[in-house]
Amino acid sequence: MATDFSLMVNGRRHTVNTEPLRPLLHVLREDLGLTGTKYGCGEGQCGACTVLMDGRREHSCLIPVKDAVGHEITTIEGLAENGRLHPVQQIFLEEGAMQCGYCTSGMIMATVALLRQNPSASREEIVAWMNPHICRCCGYPRILQAVQRAVTEHRKKT
Amino acid sequence: MSVFIPPNIPCGAEDGETADAVEFDFGMDRRQFVEILGAGLLFVASLETAQAQARGGRGGGGRLATRLHIGRDGKITVMTGKIEMGQGARTELTQAAAEELRVPPESVQMIMADTGLTPDDGITAGSRTTPSTVPAVRQAAAAARELFMRTAANKWGVEIAALKLENGQVTHPPSGRSMTYADLAASGEAEKLLQERPPGDVQVTPVSQWRVMGRSLPKVNRQALVTGAHTYPSDLRRPGMLYGKVLRPPSFGAHLLSVDLEPARKLEGVVAVQDGSFVGVAAPNTWLAEQALKAVEATARWEPSPHPSSREIYDYLRQRAQGGVPPNPFEDEAAQAAHRHKATYHVAYVQHAPMETRTALAEWKDGKLTVWTGTQAPFGYHAELSRVFRLSNENVRVVVPDFGGGFGGKHTAEAAIEAARLAQAAGKPVLIQWTREEEFTWAYFRPAAVIDVEATLDAEGRLTTWHFVNINSGAAAVDTPYRINKARSRHVGSNSPLRQGSYRTLAATANNFAREAFMDEMAARAGRDPLEFRLAHLENERIRAVLLEATKRFNWQERFRQKIPNTGVGLACGTEKNSVVAACVEIGVDPTLQTITVKRVCEVFECGAIVNPDNLLAQVQSCILMGLGPALREEMQFLNGKMRNANFSKYPVPRFADVPEMEIHLLNRPDLPSAGGGETPIIAIAPAIANAVYHATGRRVRAMPIRLAEAQPA
Repeated sequence: MATDFSLMVNGRRHTVNTEPLRPLLHVLREDLGLTGTKYGCGEGQCGACTVLMDGRREHSCLIPVKDAVGHEITTIEGLAENGRLHPVQQIFLEEGAMQCGYCTSGMIMATVALLRQNPSASREEIVAWMNPHICRCCGYPRILQAVQRAVTEHRKKT
Repeated sequence: MSVFIPPNIPCGAEDGETADAVEFDFGMDRRQFVEILGAGLLFVASLETAQAQARGGRGGGGRLATRLHIGRDGKITVMTGKIEMGQGARTELTQAAAEELRVPPESVQMIMADTGLTPDDGITAGSRTTPSTVPAVRQAAAAARELFMRTAANKWGVEIAALKLENGQVTHPPSGRSMTYADLAASGEAEKLLQERPPGDVQVTPVSQWRVMGRSLPKVNRQALVTGAHTYPSDLRRPGMLYGKVLRPPSFGAHLLSVDLEPARKLEGVVAVQDGSFVGVAAPNTWLAEQALKAVEATARWEPSPHPSSREIYDYLRQRAQGGVPPNPFEDEAAQAAHRHKATYHVAYVQHAPMETRTALAEWKDGKLTVWTGTQAPFGYHAELSRVFRLSNENVRVVVPDFGGGFGGKHTAEAAIEAARLAQAAGKPVLIQWTREEEFTWAYFRPAAVIDVEATLDAEGRLTTWHFVNINSGAAAVDTPYRINKARSRHVGSNSPLRQGSYRTLAATANNFAREAFMDEMAARAGRDPLEFRLAHLENERIRAVLLEATKRFNWQERFRQKIPNTGVGLACGTEKNSVVAACVEIGVDPTLQTITVKRVCEVFECGAIVNPDNLLAQVQSCILMGLGPALREEMQFLNGKMRNANFSKYPVPRFADVPEMEIHLLNRPDLPSAGGGETPIIAIAPAIANAVYHATGRRVRAMPIRLAEAQPA
């Protein structure tokens, strides 16, 4: 049965009328027009659908929309402020840390979550943190370089 | 009015390049261009090119398509039938145009792969963009530049030699006069000039004078990729659009006996279609479409069909070798040889698994079909849609936004045909995005291979005969680059039980794997270091150069002599698509866990004059890392017609934790024509690993994926 759900996405409140078990990913992409979050596997194995829920990374393909209620959701579209890229986006841009770019949103969201949850991550911890994310272009070296730089610059600032 | 430059004229003699014909066309009433680009100058490419014809494009018949447009506002638009899927074509072609036009790359916009607008530059495959389309774009841009110079010289009554062209502006320093491309487009001069004298030979800029090419221009669309703003095919939305799903057989070859669409049709907003064996549904969102599909699936009755399993696949393919497996034609000599050795190698079916699964959005309007999709073959797709829906060429349009990866896996039009059939029935646009499971199961696979190699050595340890037979996977790089008096290499087809097709370097990976692994076996039989043994049989200077460079950087000779427990080093080299590669690897083996860990890779690659070093480096890194998957783990497993590992949890592609230490060296050869670099760097990694396993264990693994448990006595 379609029901009204109130979602807080990128600081804005949205009401969607939908089936409670629909994945958050579908609602973001099909109802709210937020297509920066991608479908990659539908089973939490590739990280393309990564969003932040209350600042922690989640696979939006595995979260029924009913369970997203009451949480702050952030997608790739919500990172830039006043047209200014988030520092992690800026670093990915400067490092050229993408090829086809389809996994890039998920990689960036994971990095933003890392800075919050483990701001002093070592190289090994970065690899372990990023490992759930697949880049089939295998642009891993540059993504690692970007995440490493994001961690280093974040540390300098705090 | 139209003026042709004769086809295949040599341009830039230093480069040894030839290029497609270019035609100029002015004052054409081409509404679509005026609508999109505004009034200006159109430079038209003839489609009667050898390439378009050879690749089955819609070349011929004198059809013209615009290559270059210079707006009256000075905006420069380049058009190409090539696609962008992460490999960097958009950026490289931008560089090519900017170089020849003498404008900053930012002032060039690129329209790619729209069969209603762009020339047919052939399929984006075979590393052809760099050697074919870059020259075609350079030629058109150089012709425009020449026209620009001539127009200015004519207008001011001065010699061309007295003019300077920089930053999109031509100046006459003595008089201080200047003119921009916008002025050129707005003036009637250019057309008059062309009527008087058609452009003759146009020189493209020699490599030694490159200012934009040869440098690392960052991805031109990178901003849209880090913000999530780029619209991939799966992100497209049209008013009233539905989301589609297609009923798949429960096993390969299963035949649909009956199905009931009524339960699906009872769901709100759902359209369900059956057309022969095609059954699909469309609904206002994906979730509803999935519910509708489940309702249909529950009613479907199928007749299964026998299908071999992946365990017996190599026997299956060998038994079905077309014309049988050919015997060694050098049998008499082999029987007399000092040493004779034969081995068989296997290569598994693998999937490309691009991050964006097959996707198409189809829309019908007034009997015309438009499809937005991710494909490497937009014009082939176009032809397929015309055929399937019995539409004339003009009534089909295929548009390819930059999409999420292909690797040779997106040459066919199935998702578009499905979306178009559903859209036809629904009377609304329909988007289909395949699920990961569908992509793993119903997309075509990289072919499995059975490869027999037999060779002989004389008493001095030199190769005297060589017989190489690839069953099923293909002929790419099947010929040996080594000097052997009697050598015969061939591919014979088989009857693949899985749908198969291209993949990065096609069969070159399989062929190079078997050849380079077998060269190692022969080196061991000759009692030689694998490097020395190869060099003794190698005349190709380019392969020698990369092999010597890689082994020097890796400190090969010393590393090969050292015996460190559970550690091995291996090397391999090869050539394909006019580029050359050599790799040395260091691996660790764990005899208890039966695992192989690639610790270090040193690879040297050369593809002529480098167009964009940073992008090329990214491609080489990608090839090595992507190659680790089929080398060590990737293998499609099927039983009773069902794919058993059609998801990322059971089909382990390379991840961050697999990245070894990598030393990559790009050998630049400004004296050679630029070749593509997105494929060949993949062919050396797997055989180098197999050879390293032998170095570590004294045992051979003659299969991809390379599993320690399958190591055989040497």
